[in-house]
Amino acid sequence: MIVQGLAFYMFAAILVASAVMVISARNPVHSVLFLILSFFNAAGLFILIGAEFVAMILVIVYVGAVAVLFLFVVMMLDIDFRALRSGLLRYLPIGGTVGLILLVELAVVLGAWAVAPEATTGVAAPLPPPEITNTRAIGQLIYTQYVYLFQASGLILFIAMIGAIVLTLREREGVRRQNITRQVSRRREEVVAVRKVPTRGGV
Amino acid sequence: MEIGLAHYLTVAAVIFSLGVIGIFLNRKNVIIILMSIELILLSVNINLVAFSAFLGDLVGQVFAMIILTVAAAEAAIGLAILVAYFRNRGTIAVEDINMMKG
Repeated sequence: MIVQGLAFYMFAAILVASAVMVISARNPVHSVLFLILSFFNAAGLFILIGAEFVAMILVIVYVGAVAVLFLFVVMMLDIDFRALRSGLLRYLPIGGTVGLILLVELAVVLGAWAVAPEATTGVAAPLPPPEITNTRAIGQLIYTQYVYLFQASGLILFIAMIGAIVLTLREREGVRRQNITRQVSRRREEVVAVRKVPTRGGV
Repeated sequence: MEIGLAHYLTVAAVIFSLGVIGIFLNRKNVIIILMSIELILLSVNINLVAFSAFLGDLVGQVFAMIILTVAAAEAAIGLAILVAYFRNRGTIAVEDINMMKG
């Protein structure tokens, strides 16, 4: 129990510290790297709470895909990031005020908060017994009861993929490409001509 | 010292507030704004998973996965829009994004 508490405080502290660094780092590459660190620590928190599958998905999807995408875009775009940071101190008071108000409101909510007695009775899918792993339990849930939701999330990813490709695809001028339709639809009569060449006359 | 639901909710609240502060703080840099949105979605995920574990309902984790999916799609589309915009205008400063006069 002591070890669990210590692990929680370690993960939570590193998570909050790296989140602070994400929004305040001078270099966006550092921001992305701190974002990766914060995702890792959030995954640690999830493992601590017994949600291993979501933790692994967090590492795979966020660290493996989203953060690398961010890193790629930050490095690909040639931007003067110092100019973008110029108004930082000007926005610090209002940003800090809004954030603080939000935090205080959330603290007020958290302070006067209790689990309703009905909350634990109407459970849609109870946690599995210890011999069934978390991954297996989630699989049994999303492939049966929530299969339409699962398919819909796949559809969302598919549409996002098509959208990203359509947005970033560009036709460049002066690039020779293979045009398969034209190749296949060529007829012999259009491209081949038989000429009678007179002897010593040339074409 | 028992780690309860309130601990996780506190962490999620702090991360959420940091995400909102990040949007205000980096008002000129769209990339950091997108990262702040990722932080906010992460805090929502922490909330859902914590409630799922402490109230004994597995559906919260399924919800967290759906939010993860939407967050990944949002990041991909947002960055694609960013790349297309940068290609057209040569800048990503937020105050220059006013072609539609919205």
